Amino acid sequence: MTKILEVKDLELSFHTFAGEVKAIRGVNFDLHKGETLAIVGESGSGKSVTTKSIMRLLPESSAEYKNGEILFEGKDLTKIPEKNMQKIRGKDISMIFQDPMTSLNPTMTIGRQIMEPILKHQKLNKSEARKKTIELLNLVGIPNAENRYKMYPHQFSGGQRQRIVIAIALACNPKILIADEPTTALDVTIQAQILELMKDIQKKTDTSIIFITHDLGVVANVADRVAVMYGGRIVEIGTVDEIFYNPQHPYTWGLLSSMPSMDLEDQKLYAIPGTPPDLLNPPKGDAFALRSEYAMRIDMERRAPFFKVSETHYAATWLLHPQAPQVEPPALVIERMKTFKGSRYYVDQTGGTV
Amino acid sequence: MSENLIEVRNLKQYFNAGKSTEVRAIDDISFAIKRGETFGLVGESGCGKSTTGRTMIRLYDATAGQVLYNGVDVHAPKSKKENHALNRKMQMIFQDPYASLNPRMKVLDIIAEGLDIHGLVKGKTERKQRVIDLLETVGLNREHAERYPHEFSGGQRQRIGIARALAVDPEFIIADEPISALDVSIQAQVVNLLKELQEEKGLTYLFIAHDLSMVKYISDRIGVMYFGKLVEMAPADELYRNPMHAYTKSLLSAIPLPDPIYERSRVRHPYNPKDHQYGSDEKVEFREVAPEHFVLCSEKEFAEMQAARV
Repeated sequence: MTKILEVKDLELSFHTFAGEVKAIRGVNFDLHKGETLAIVGESGSGKSVTTKSIMRLLPESSAEYKNGEILFEGKDLTKIPEKNMQKIRGKDISMIFQDPMTSLNPTMTIGRQIMEPILKHQKLNKSEARKKTIELLNLVGIPNAENRYKMYPHQFSGGQRQRIVIAIALACNPKILIADEPTTALDVTIQAQILELMKDIQKKTDTSIIFITHDLGVVANVADRVAVMYGGRIVEIGTVDEIFYNPQHPYTWGLLSSMPSMDLEDQKLYAIPGTPPDLLNPPKGDAFALRSEYAMRIDMERRAPFFKVSETHYAATWLLHPQAPQVEPPALVIERMKTFKGSRYYVDQTGGTV
Repeated sequence: MSENLIEVRNLKQYFNAGKSTEVRAIDDISFAIKRGETFGLVGESGCGKSTTGRTMIRLYDATAGQVLYNGVDVHAPKSKKENHALNRKMQMIFQDPYASLNPRMKVLDIIAEGLDIHGLVKGKTERKQRVIDLLETVGLNREHAERYPHEFSGGQRQRIGIARALAVDPEFIIADEPISALDVSIQAQVVNLLKELQEEKGLTYLFIAHDLSMVKYISDRIGVMYFGKLVEMAPADELYRNPMHAYTKSLLSAIPLPDPIYERSRVRHPYNPKDHQYGSDEKVEFREVAPEHFVLCSEKEFAEMQAARV
């Protein structure tokens, strides 16, 4: 697998009246060609800020890259001048935003909005660009594209608008597509259609996708790999099966347990107690320690490094340290682990424990 | 338990009635909610589920039909005093905790507004004490009373919204997508709180949502709405185990579950209302296919579904 994007030790702060908000505190990940990497976490965990920092969409007056680099095709995106960034943004890396109601310009026809990046980045004349626009509308499943191309955003439904936003993002065949909660504002049925569309397009164009969401069902549906973020850091990263069936970090356990499952009866839902940490004064050790029943003394004092679980699976929790005591994950998580080969709770189909 | 607290009979809510822009937001629906139960209402946006909730609490006047609360018609003309008494028994929790709290009022005054209107407390100290009790009931504390909404997180604001609804000791609470705007981990906190309060105070809920897994978790019975009509209604488990209407099946098949292996094999069934092929002389009605399990169907479909059951 070829790496297309590398994020290394990224640290980013916002300067506010109240002080310095350390929104990203050391994020590392790679994105491979043609894969979908999902980033999950609560609001305020830094998942949107991470992707906006890749796109350089944060206000320069208040956001500051403190450390680290974002490598794309040999260039460090945190350092290149804005003028060069404009050649990448919308062409090589493009973005789908959460709310299709506000991310389209209400005073421009959708045709012009889709044509905008094409005219900007590709050497096409207007009639060629128009042809390409209609192709894109067909690709994203807007019927009767020749006529609808002249219409305004308010003449489309929410799901159709999100399709148009996707068409704009795809206009220049980007190498990386960043989708920031693209289906959160949509209904389940429309959500399913949009997810199918994105997977379909990925198959055709081999685009890499970074998918941000807090819906674990959606993650299970689209992702190849998953990064779990908490308090401005990635706390666990692995393939989708590793994260869902062999999670190691107590925060991942909490997330997975707080989803009601369809066949669960009348049990009390597990709720992670407390609230996310204040990043104005981030805690010294593990940011999740104060909300975790598995916290040890060292969690309060030092942040855990990444421990390797497998070639593709890493988790930042002291529980994986050889000297840490063995703890039992929550019952619901053990249920999941029983299906995963390589987990210590794995139960063979025939019934014996391995 | 079997006593009906709320009965909705042939309720209709048409906007712009009689004009070319007429919208039939609610088109002749009937259901009942028993005392102490949670009735979930699901459907896609625009299907009329929020309008149903709002019409039941008389934020809108109904075009036709009745909403009976304890046998009293909510929409019938009443004296001010009667209205007042009814308003106290029905309260609402809104979807967006950022928009539903007045940013210029202190939490104390937000929660006490209902107390003041209904004259439930005498004097400042009693008023404050009552608010503090309410804050503690929903898991906040006394210091929070003197703060403004912007000082709280989404989950905390939704708790304030719940405290406000509880202030006047209601019997019936309409929760209109109370958790949609919240994070997964906070959703669980709020749902647990709603469940605890129900056990403690014997509340009756109408829970409106589009997140079907949470609805199943909290509801005793569920109604599925599609374009202003109730298409299916059944006890929660029964609905999920044995959905009968094609729209319900389609809705259930569209939910992604946090289970990658299941997701790889999940097949979505799209719904097309034309598939029913109702003839012009066929009567499409709400029929009881199994005990407590109602489906909107024609005579022919009814027979087929009954045959499939046995």
